[in-house]
Amino acid sequence: MLVRKLIPWLSRLLGGSLLLAANSAYAEYGLNLPQGVTEISREVYDLHMLIFWICVVIGAVVFGVMLYSIFHHRKSKGAKAAQFHESTTVEIIWTVVPILILVAMAIPATKTLLKMEDVANADITIKITGYQWKWRYDYLDQNFGFYSVLSTPREQIENTADKSEHYLREVDRPLVVPVGTKVRFLITSNDVIHAWGVPDLAIKKDAIPGFINEVWTLIETPGTYRGQCVELCGKDHGYMPVVVEAKSIEDYQLWVGEQQALALASTEDPDKVWTADELMAKGEQVYATNCAACHMAGGEGVPGAFPALKGSKIATGPIADHSNIVLHGKAGTAMAAFAAQLSDSELAAVITYERNAWGNNTGDSIQPSQVKAAR
Amino acid sequence: MSTATTHDAHHEHQPSGIMRWLTTTNHKDIGTLYLLFSLLMFFIGGAMAMIIRAELFQPGLQMVNPDFFNQMTTMHALVMIFGAVMPAFVGLANWLVPMMIGAPDMALPRMNNWSFWILPFAFLMLLATLFMPGGAPAGGWTLYPPLSLQTGMAFPFLIFAIHMMGMSSIMGAINVVVTIFNMRAPGMTFMKMPLFVWTWLITAYLLIATMPVLAGSVTMLLTDKFFNTSFFNAAGGGDPVMFQHIFWFFGHPEVYILILPAFGIVSQIIPTFARKPLFGYSSMVYATASIAFLSFIVWGHHMFTVGMPIKGELFYMYATMLIAVPTGVKVFNWVSTMWKGSMTFETPMLFAVAFVFLFTIGGFSGLMLAITPVDFQYQETYFVVAHFHYVLVTGAIFAIMAAVYYWIPKWTGNMYDEKLGKLHFWISCISVNVLFFPQHFLGLAGMPRRIPDYAVQFTEFNMISSIGGFVFGLSQLMFAYIVFKTIRGGAKATDQVWEGAHGLEWTLPSPPPYHSFTTAPEVK
Repeated sequence: MLVRKLIPWLSRLLGGSLLLAANSAYAEYGLNLPQGVTEISREVYDLHMLIFWICVVIGAVVFGVMLYSIFHHRKSKGAKAAQFHESTTVEIIWTVVPILILVAMAIPATKTLLKMEDVANADITIKITGYQWKWRYDYLDQNFGFYSVLSTPREQIENTADKSEHYLREVDRPLVVPVGTKVRFLITSNDVIHAWGVPDLAIKKDAIPGFINEVWTLIETPGTYRGQCVELCGKDHGYMPVVVEAKSIEDYQLWVGEQQALALASTEDPDKVWTADELMAKGEQVYATNCAACHMAGGEGVPGAFPALKGSKIATGPIADHSNIVLHGKAGTAMAAFAAQLSDSELAAVITYERNAWGNNTGDSIQPSQVKAAR
Repeated sequence: MSTATTHDAHHEHQPSGIMRWLTTTNHKDIGTLYLLFSLLMFFIGGAMAMIIRAELFQPGLQMVNPDFFNQMTTMHALVMIFGAVMPAFVGLANWLVPMMIGAPDMALPRMNNWSFWILPFAFLMLLATLFMPGGAPAGGWTLYPPLSLQTGMAFPFLIFAIHMMGMSSIMGAINVVVTIFNMRAPGMTFMKMPLFVWTWLITAYLLIATMPVLAGSVTMLLTDKFFNTSFFNAAGGGDPVMFQHIFWFFGHPEVYILILPAFGIVSQIIPTFARKPLFGYSSMVYATASIAFLSFIVWGHHMFTVGMPIKGELFYMYATMLIAVPTGVKVFNWVSTMWKGSMTFETPMLFAVAFVFLFTIGGFSGLMLAITPVDFQYQETYFVVAHFHYVLVTGAIFAIMAAVYYWIPKWTGNMYDEKLGKLHFWISCISVNVLFFPQHFLGLAGMPRRIPDYAVQFTEFNMISSIGGFVFGLSQLMFAYIVFKTIRGGAKATDQVWEGAHGLEWTLPSPPPYHSFTTAPEVK
């Protein structure tokens, strides 16, 4: 097993070290920071390399002296110990020289940092909200928004299916931005602290509940750029990827039009009465994307950590208490308030589903209009 | 004969068996307790690391679920920092400070007993959370709210365990300070103190200054969770980022609490085996003090991505870069001490030299992390994991191992097995680099820390890292074997033990008498 995995790796290492810039997917990531696709990301890469080489040179000098000493100044070679133990001149030199080197590093670093923090004059603003465990992207100027959820199938994570190329770094709906445009992101969170980051854009910023952080980017080349949540945010922290698709301005305009049409079409009649079957079918879907991560697909939960819904007092008790928890969450736990995240019909469907799936069989259901009243 | 009888009577006065250890006020007994406790915690924390590395051997979920994985990363850090490294240093201080300054014992022996015996209970509470419904804390050792507030039943146990560890540390630190100020032998001026004593004196002040801050911040978490306060809840007018500021105001000096005594140890060992006095003694003292001072004003570099104002980012960047200067002075001094020496490479020296090499590598990555715009790329990735394991494992823990090999002949009167010691060193030194060096690449390629599963391009380096981890973990069983073998017997050690050793502790017999110096030695 191990040997089988290591052989391609060794050959890649050999090939890779000879042809470091080879066009394989491996060389794209591999050993070093990506250069990325923005002016800033390239500046950051250059800074990284500058400091790296300064460290290498200092390291070579210090370790060189040390190694020389280790090989030559040993008792077995008859070395007699000198007894010197201070020199003010030397001490001053090796205090002042590092300070000068540090100043040389600080100047370009400061310049780049000032540029990175200049969020003025953005053409588009997109609000990014972290949720346990998905992202939401709201296009503030165009009045639409959507959730972006991991699309890697469960079977791949559980090793019952082969892993795809973008395992854990693929989503159902990526964030789409135009190239050649200064895009400003407003980053916040709905529950705990997350961090939104894409190495190719040299962006990483914490998403903090109650606070809004700003970053910006200006992507030059169309393409798909991937990252993931980079601040521990609970159980599925490893499963909330970030995928950014940079399109040409024309393609972007087209895409925005489609999204706006989609948003209009999904406006629903608030007074429509749903049948139990309709609610169950929709509820199963909503449950799978929003609830199954903790309460599990079979409603059995994770003992001790996440309560079971199957046969639970709440899911089989009074419907008002049940919908109250789904709508408003439970303080001090990972149970979020879903009133803000889901529509009336989605809430009605998922509550109905939880009350009738897995042998819960309460036989009752709740209508979107009732959810609306309970909000 | 009469002296023998009084001697026996004196010993009858003392309880034996378990009561001896429970009631002991002797600095050597307490030092031994600390060190053995630390060894136990090192293996418990290590076992957790093995689970982490086993899960990360391949992408996909194989061994544990994500929630348990998070419990392991959280508990691994808490156990290693508060259970393994800190008690090991307090144990070393207990054993060595009185012997090095020519005192009979620590200044506050009863408090000394108390400060040790709090620890087993604190860790019993902490480790018990693993068996509670909902499991152990899983929000990371940094306890960031709001995530840490989602902890279940384990939460109050975690907070009270931290309170108890803090009390223990503060008492230990006060004891060190009082001992050093009041019990130095005549002629032992401050600038004649061995560097281990100096670095511990400064560490003790860091502990006294920061542990109460940690206690305060976790107490605020406790009231946020159970008494509806909103210190860190934006919806109630609080600020989740404020917790991070308070935490890292403790957390960054804590980093130096974990490394300054290691600097002291290495500054004792290198001159001995180079048979040459330490280069730049006074600059070493001043450098340690400068590092300690700077440690209080750089906490913001742990939080560059929280969205600080640009002035804050620049200040923390410059201040952090400055730490490289006194740290560089230390490294240059160690190298100059070796230069033109007459070196031999027994196990303690091997660990000390490896410390200088590998700690410096950790220092370089630290310097890179200080550069704010690039830190945005490194932050919360495996690059950070590699960095702090280089300074904590090949830094702090290598120094502790060097110290054990260096002083165990003095403590027990027996020489350790040099062949096994060297074998232990070489296996550890190679495997630890196989373990942590590839993590630099993983971090640069963008792998976040604290994830149980990863994208496929990270597979190879994770696999290598895990193999290094297993070898490193297993090779520490050798360390335990060598230590217990030495306690049980071995070639008798001389009083001076090492040809080039200087200092008061080497003037005492090996093993030293129960009350180190009953009459104060004269220091010239």
